[in-house]
Amino acid sequence: MVLKVFFPTCCSSAESGILIGRWISEQNSAIILAVVHFPFIPVQVKQYLSQVQQVTKIKVSVLGSWSNSKQEKEESLNKFLEDLGTIFAHEPWIQISKERDSKFWTCSTLRKESDSSKEEEIILVYYDQRKVMLSQLHPPVDTSTDHKAVDASKLAAMFDTVASSKILFMTDRYDDGPIKLTHWQSDGVEASIIVELLKQASVPACLLLTFLLSLTSVVCKSRMLKFWPLSFLWSKLSTCEQLGHRLQHLRIISSSKKAQNQVQLMRKANIFVSLLIDVALGILLMSWLYRKNRIGHLADTLIPVADRVAEELQDLLQWLMGAPAGLKMNRALDQVLGRFFLYHIHLWISYIHLMSPFIEMILWYVGLSACLGLTVALCILSDIIALLTFHIYCFYVYGARLYCLKIYGLSSLWRLFRGKKWNVLRQRVDSCSYDLDQLFIGTLLFTILLFLLPTTALYYLVFTLLRLLVVVVQGLIHLLVDLIDSLPLYAIILRLCRSYRLAAGVKFRVLEQKHGKPLRLLMQINPLSYGSVVQTYRLPTYSCYPKDSWTSLCRKLFFGELIYPWKHKGEKQD
Amino acid sequence: LRCRQHSASCRELAVRAPRLRLRALSAATSAAWLAAYGLFLLCENSMVLSAAIFITLIGLIVYLHFVKVDQESLLIIGSLGIQVTSCYASGKESTTFIEMSQVKDVVINEAIHMQKVIYYLCILIRDPQDPQGVSEVVPLFQSSKPRLDCLMEVYKSCQEILEQRETALQSS
Repeated sequence: MVLKVFFPTCCSSAESGILIGRWISEQNSAIILAVVHFPFIPVQVKQYLSQVQQVTKIKVSVLGSWSNSKQEKEESLNKFLEDLGTIFAHEPWIQISKERDSKFWTCSTLRKESDSSKEEEIILVYYDQRKVMLSQLHPPVDTSTDHKAVDASKLAAMFDTVASSKILFMTDRYDDGPIKLTHWQSDGVEASIIVELLKQASVPACLLLTFLLSLTSVVCKSRMLKFWPLSFLWSKLSTCEQLGHRLQHLRIISSSKKAQNQVQLMRKANIFVSLLIDVALGILLMSWLYRKNRIGHLADTLIPVADRVAEELQDLLQWLMGAPAGLKMNRALDQVLGRFFLYHIHLWISYIHLMSPFIEMILWYVGLSACLGLTVALCILSDIIALLTFHIYCFYVYGARLYCLKIYGLSSLWRLFRGKKWNVLRQRVDSCSYDLDQLFIGTLLFTILLFLLPTTALYYLVFTLLRLLVVVVQGLIHLLVDLIDSLPLYAIILRLCRSYRLAAGVKFRVLEQKHGKPLRLLMQINPLSYGSVVQTYRLPTYSCYPKDSWTSLCRKLFFGELIYPWKHKGEKQD
Repeated sequence: LRCRQHSASCRELAVRAPRLRLRALSAATSAAWLAAYGLFLLCENSMVLSAAIFITLIGLIVYLHFVKVDQESLLIIGSLGIQVTSCYASGKESTTFIEMSQVKDVVINEAIHMQKVIYYLCILIRDPQDPQGVSEVVPLFQSSKPRLDCLMEVYKSCQEILEQRETALQSS
């Protein structure tokens, strides 16, 4: 089989020495991690390698020799390097040599057992060690549980080897040890002061945050807030849901346990960045609102808008009480329903006028909560819309219940008309013999209900359309909130700036070839596409989209059943 | 079709797609701008003209960057894998690499497209659960759509390299 040698590009200019790395015999590939320079004592090298093997659990061993001759070729050096093959027994012993300023290297193998007459083909693959060490292959394979699966895929094995050998890269050239290595960090371990400072500061910050969160959760769970009207109110307001969601996020971030694997780390980072951006946008919004007394303007326009809505509704009802669209309504029922709804609107308007002196102050304090985040501000907006259009919701419920009753009555009396009955026990329609007076009253009621149907149906239609309009507006706001909640901003920024960290695979480029020399390839990291980044790292949200399909929605509308388009996870079904 | 052999077990095959025609491009642009001018005469709003120019430019950039394929190439490295690259007209290159352990075979398939039968080359991906089954079929050269004689050459080259894998497996 073809022998594949993965060689790091940073070692191309290293001095002569021996190569250490990992040999995977099933795939006939050698992954070179570093070069050990002369002079060295073989016993110490073996000791060091066994130490590394214990820590990283990767079988690191001496794979071959590397000679970088800047002068003319020395025969004695070659013999010396071959003799090294007998000291560090490894099968096959790889010898790579580079002439001065030549791009094409000579690569040969020494095998003790098998016949050396067959020329083995060698492929030399260059890779950027630092990038491969930091990168993460997607879809991620859990290395701790499934070593066989990791080894089955060559690339996963390669990435895993380089990533786990971090301790090997910690010793640099300036250390005073017995072993001198060359790898990507051999010119000095690089670190950033800011990162170290942040790491030190994060521990007390996390402790403080955990303490504050435990206080808040104690307050929230207190018995006072669990009384019936308040608990009902909390479950209906979407602001409380959003605040609870954000509290949970804070809890995840401030937990003192370190992230176990890459997925948890990315999730923590995404939540943190998302919270930061949310709060920043919220503060921006707040500063815009409180400038130039915009809150005052908003409060001033709120009452006239509510008045206007009520007026429009009154006009609509007057139109329905007349002859809407040329249809002829039943006069008496029309007047009853119309006056009933008009009285409701009158009550509502007086209530709004009662509240009007306090509106500005309430808005001012409520606007302060926008500093908790843009999502909270949007949720408050959605709740305000719900409160202002509460009368439309009431009308919808009245109209729907009336219509529903009428439809059920009609269907049951229609069955009576035909001599059938609904058998509740067996859940089917059975024939039944009725008495004469039962039939008489049933037919009478059926006729009455049938002729009153158009009026009720029209009221129901109008109020359902209004309610659907409000639901659509609220839905759009919730969609926006969901988007902000679930977008993995940290992953997207990472993909933009350090695209090698999220790898979908690799790509090979064929470098200049020379006949007789081994095939040279350059391995680069193929970054993940933005769509897959968002899909892999999406944060889970608390709301679920409408469960009803279009047909069931239409069916519910036709029969007058109440529709609840957005149900949150964890809410009981009515 | 252009074939380069880098070594005994590595081949690169590249197919060029038909180039962007100047006539079609100018026809589309002039049609869009005439329509915009007609709209401008109707509603006397100069925003329509600037919007039309903007949309044409953006549309052209999007087309060149995401849709128009300039060249598609296939790089087979025996015992490493198969790499499929598409170069777009704006210079963007999108690459996919499939490891040799996942490749089951490379075949020429027939498909009925509109009113004719076309041949296309595809890679069969091995199913991890079922060793005999095929989990995915990856079609190659989708935008350049080379003819059967071209496909035969590519097929022969691929099979030569895949055979080496079989002999290596048998001997080890």
